[in-house]
Amino acid sequence: MALDFGIFCKNTLDGGVVDHCFSSILGLAGNSDPSYLDWLISAWGWTLLVSGLGLAIAIVLGILMGALRTLPDTKVVYQWLLWFSTCWVELFRNIPIIVQVFLWYYVIPAFIPPLKAVPSFWLVSMALGFFTSARIAEQVRAGIGSIPSGQRAAATALGLTTLQTYRYVILPIALRIVIPPLTSESMNLIKNSSVAFAVSVPELTLFAMQAQEETSHGIEVYLAVTALYALSAFFVNWVMTVIEKRSRIPGVVSMSPDAKLAH
Amino acid sequence: MLSLDLSFYNWELVTNYLLKGFIFSVQLTIIATVGGIAFGTILALMKLSGKALLQYPATFYINTMRSIPLVMVILWFFLIIPMLIGRPIGADLSAIITFIAFQAAFFAEIVRAGIQSVPLGQTYAAEALGMTYGQNMRLIILPQAFRNMIPVFMTQVIILFQDTSLVYAIGAYDLLKGFEIAGKNYGRPIETYALAAITYFVICFSLSRLARRIQAKVAIIR
Repeated sequence: MALDFGIFCKNTLDGGVVDHCFSSILGLAGNSDPSYLDWLISAWGWTLLVSGLGLAIAIVLGILMGALRTLPDTKVVYQWLLWFSTCWVELFRNIPIIVQVFLWYYVIPAFIPPLKAVPSFWLVSMALGFFTSARIAEQVRAGIGSIPSGQRAAATALGLTTLQTYRYVILPIALRIVIPPLTSESMNLIKNSSVAFAVSVPELTLFAMQAQEETSHGIEVYLAVTALYALSAFFVNWVMTVIEKRSRIPGVVSMSPDAKLAH
Repeated sequence: MLSLDLSFYNWELVTNYLLKGFIFSVQLTIIATVGGIAFGTILALMKLSGKALLQYPATFYINTMRSIPLVMVILWFFLIIPMLIGRPIGADLSAIITFIAFQAAFFAEIVRAGIQSVPLGQTYAAEALGMTYGQNMRLIILPQAFRNMIPVFMTQVIILFQDTSLVYAIGAYDLLKGFEIAGKNYGRPIETYALAAITYFVICFSLSRLARRIQAKVAIIR
């Protein structure tokens, strides 16, 4: 069985070979009829768009909820926030991602009518973002938990408010600690974005399903799609490594046992 | 304005639509767990063997499975298995094979971490007593390793149960599919998807509570 990647140079309407096969990659003259390669690239774009939006939502909400979960329970407001963030994490962690996508697509717009006008890729990004935020929140909570309690005590002794303590003392260290688990959550998010096929966002998985059916060259199509998913995940991994290196504080490798010994 | 109509939610809905799907989801979870642990343990032992011929294929398999979206893995198997055996197989059987193969990669990493959590002195002591590799693994290392693994392991089973809903991609009849079909037949997709979310939440939340309780009980105190 020989692989025939020529399928990507055929147009999606009648299966004829197109004039400019790699035009979509090189940005040269476009084809009058789109080829499977054009379709693949645009599907990749949708995957990246949905994942990128989802990641932005997930990181912002995840850091917020993770920080809220570590508040001291000294004030009634803090107790409420603790309770709220715990519910948040349990809720979004215990429902499968595909069910959450359906929730955002069918159920939530029924309660919030303005969402009916929102394009479905946004709803999928919200679903992915909220789902992943619960996981990131747990990582952030663990990261904050690993900071020696002396840091918080010192901040209080200096007269910092709770908000200032988090802003200037706890989060700058905790966020550096959580970069590695955050990387794997980001890669998971890209993988999870494949559920967007369920509400017909024209991303890679939907392309794989439809192109496989139309061309009956399933193996080639799946190989290309799988490779693009892997490439996207590697790209995120690389970006996170760069961020980790750039954000490293000279002298402070991490809050490792050595640092704890100083207390 | 929205009005939820839950009048269709009665025992008939459960017996006609949901039960079949629920049983398949549970079945899939159990089979994938048992099969995944068996296959995953072999992969972990291969990876830790230190012999290139065993180590690299296992590492390659684990890394590949872990870097592909599960939906794509489900689609891959659904495409490839019929090509290999020369005849179509049902979505249910395809889902079962896929989940065993996919979960094995994740269980392998858990088992590997579990084995590595057993102090090396245990291995040396077993060797000093004249045990073979097989005896050592079976009687000394794995019993301790499995006990150390229980917490991560239970989390993985909950994730696995959630992941079974992804067989939606090939149209296997699982719990989610049951809700979807019921929603179409009654013309009430909003209510059924909401109920699906609640059902999954109740199951997974209870399981995670149970996991936490067991975790406190089985921890080895050193």
